Amino acid sequence: MSFWTRHQVFEKNSIILVVGILLVIAIGGLVEITPLFYLKSTIEVVDGVRPYTPLELAGRNIYVREGCYLCHSQMIRPLRDEVERYGHFSLAAESMFDHPFQWGSKRTGPDLARVGAKYSDDWHVTHLTNPRAIVPQSVMPGYPFLSSTEVDPETIADHMRTLRTVGVPYTDDQIANAAADMKAQADPDNAGADAFTKRYAKAVVRNFDGKTGTPTEMDALIAYLQMLGTLVDFKLYNEKANLR
Amino acid sequence: MVSGGVFFQRESAMPQPSISKSMTIGESGLAVVFAVTAFLCVIASAKALDAPFAFHAGLSAAASLAAVFFIFNRYYDRPAALPPAEINGRPNYNMGPIKFSSFMAVFWGIAGFLVGLIIASQLAWPALNFDLPWIQFGRLRPLHTSAVIFAFGGNVLIATSFYVVQKSCRARLAGDIAPWFVVLGYNYFILIAGTGYLLGVTQSKEYAEPEWYADLWLTIVWVTYLLVFLGTILKRKEPHIFVANWFYLAFIVTIAVLHLGNNPALPVSFLGSKSYIAWGGIQDAMFQWWYGHNAVGFFLTAGFLAIMYYFIPKRAERPIYSYRLSIIHFWALIFLYIWAGPHHLHYTALPDWTQTLGMTFSIMLWMPSWGGMINGLMTLSGAWDKLRTDPVLRMLVVSVAFYGMSTFEGPMMSIKVVNSLSHYTDWTIGHVHSGALGWVGFVSFGALYCLVPWAWNRKGLYSLKLVNWHFWIATLGIVLYISAMWVSGILQGLMWRAYTSLGFLEYSFIETVEAMHPFYIIRAAGGALFLIGALIMAYNLWMTVRVGEQEVQMPVALQPAE
Repeated sequence: MSFWTRHQVFEKNSIILVVGILLVIAIGGLVEITPLFYLKSTIEVVDGVRPYTPLELAGRNIYVREGCYLCHSQMIRPLRDEVERYGHFSLAAESMFDHPFQWGSKRTGPDLARVGAKYSDDWHVTHLTNPRAIVPQSVMPGYPFLSSTEVDPETIADHMRTLRTVGVPYTDDQIANAAADMKAQADPDNAGADAFTKRYAKAVVRNFDGKTGTPTEMDALIAYLQMLGTLVDFKLYNEKANLR
Repeated sequence: MVSGGVFFQRESAMPQPSISKSMTIGESGLAVVFAVTAFLCVIASAKALDAPFAFHAGLSAAASLAAVFFIFNRYYDRPAALPPAEINGRPNYNMGPIKFSSFMAVFWGIAGFLVGLIIASQLAWPALNFDLPWIQFGRLRPLHTSAVIFAFGGNVLIATSFYVVQKSCRARLAGDIAPWFVVLGYNYFILIAGTGYLLGVTQSKEYAEPEWYADLWLTIVWVTYLLVFLGTILKRKEPHIFVANWFYLAFIVTIAVLHLGNNPALPVSFLGSKSYIAWGGIQDAMFQWWYGHNAVGFFLTAGFLAIMYYFIPKRAERPIYSYRLSIIHFWALIFLYIWAGPHHLHYTALPDWTQTLGMTFSIMLWMPSWGGMINGLMTLSGAWDKLRTDPVLRMLVVSVAFYGMSTFEGPMMSIKVVNSLSHYTDWTIGHVHSGALGWVGFVSFGALYCLVPWAWNRKGLYSLKLVNWHFWIATLGIVLYISAMWVSGILQGLMWRAYTSLGFLEYSFIETVEAMHPFYIIRAAGGALFLIGALIMAYNLWMTVRVGEQEVQMPVALQPAE
């Protein structure tokens, strides 16, 4: 009986064929994905990475909603020109609390992994409202509607609770104060601003969109953009210990 | 919309056996399920936390009620006995769902190409975003990709697979309502997904953007699809399962696995659209591109290879070149494809060992891909002259040639040094479109040109001349599209890494964006030509159904093909 006749067992029995297919397609995925969950070297040991503040999280959801990831990557590769253009190459640890990840796959616009603190809030407001007012050759859509839409501080705690279930280490304190923290981050005069900065290391409290009142989507998105890539202090980062 | 008569044909006027008419368990059960669903959806719509969810719940309530109406209306219209599996010893093939899916394929194809043209134009002239949330590039781009891949491609796959599995098994499609549930349910999923993108409902995982409730619905539809397909194979009159059906099975089974692996999300509330994916950061990235690359490998490759294995031999009237090659092709392709995902993550924070594995298997993948291409092309041995006279066969064959080209380009781009230049640029977009327009598009058009006359029982197409026009206009469009993207991609990649003699980066980012402008215009022009070709096809197919001559069935005794 040759190999070709033996193969008839698949050709004549649909259930064996389905089982065969399942076994064959399972191998690659199992070998490549499973170790990423237990190999310790997969994610670097780094100080400073924390979950997003309520306002940043709301901003990140807007980033996802508007499909920003389709034109902007958040993943700097360890290539000379990229490191010079955008900064230190991205670490796995920097996106470990990202559900979903936003590494992107296309750079119609520049990488944003370290855009935080690179431009002023004013720059972002003007740029997001009308990109060509600042960069005439830009092909980015304008997002003027962000300024006129408020974010909802009341529901953000539910989002944080959901994220905690899938593995983001939000504390009870952070979840209990979510609504207040969201308002505080966009308002430096807010009485809760100090307590907020204690809960979130390196978080910035500013009136991002320059308008008073409930934070807008513009506040949230800029708060998110302004923190991107700012959490890890690369002066203290031990490159050698994390060499993989 | 067309009248129902285009899809439904009264199942032959057989003498009615005098049995009392009653609803099947499927009919009554499904009617109850949809009635309950409608009720729950009304409540969900009223209590929804966000507007898009309220809209989708309302839409689902209406759709469920329509389904209940459809079930009862069909019941009152049909004869007491369900359509027989055979009439006079010939299988009584079920063509209704196939006709519906073919129609939807053409509809969604044109919609998807049109949205592609719009977003291509937005990149050339950003004013076309009009500062409106619903039609800006970031929301339309997933609409384009989903419309062409899942709506157009998916309907082509469902239509052809339902046709091929019946013909090659010589058995009527399994299930009575189930095939209709699959085609209608799948298209409803597309509707929910597509309107969701416009309203900002997305989980941002490329080619898996639909949110949790759409994913759940798709799971139900997809399992039914598998059961209908497998059920038909189990009823087969042929001892062997035909090659095309292996590929369809691999496509259906693997897409189910990928869908479940990539989409486990926890909704913030069961009354809201937002959810958070279980995987985070690096694991999420790996799951995503394991899914993403195999959506290409199993949806856009294995499924359409099944089309190649049935429609090319059929149209050329030649047997498949090598049966043994197709066995090797099948197992090697599905084994190797699954490993290729990490090449989307070269030089990222993904560990090097995973990247290297992904690259190695991507390069190896070249072999089964070209094995399959050779098997498809060589099927024309002794029938090459037909390329001159039959534009439909030419379309099918050129699609296989494009398949060969993009499956050479793919492994090349998966080599890390090449990828360091090509990644993040338009080269990837060009590569995808040589596969999508050239391979998937053309093999689908070829299959539709064959399938529509067969399913509607017509002697032939309305006009082969129009097929010829479609072929050349679309080919010109593809050439414009992919060459513009090659040049812009390589140009941009080189500009990003260009240094001056003093060791500074030569170009600012925006200078590289500016340099893309002429290529974006050429690309849009190419896309417009491709769309014009598809409109010509739509007219041709429409006229084939409307005015085409009926084919007279010849009663031929069939022999099993052992």
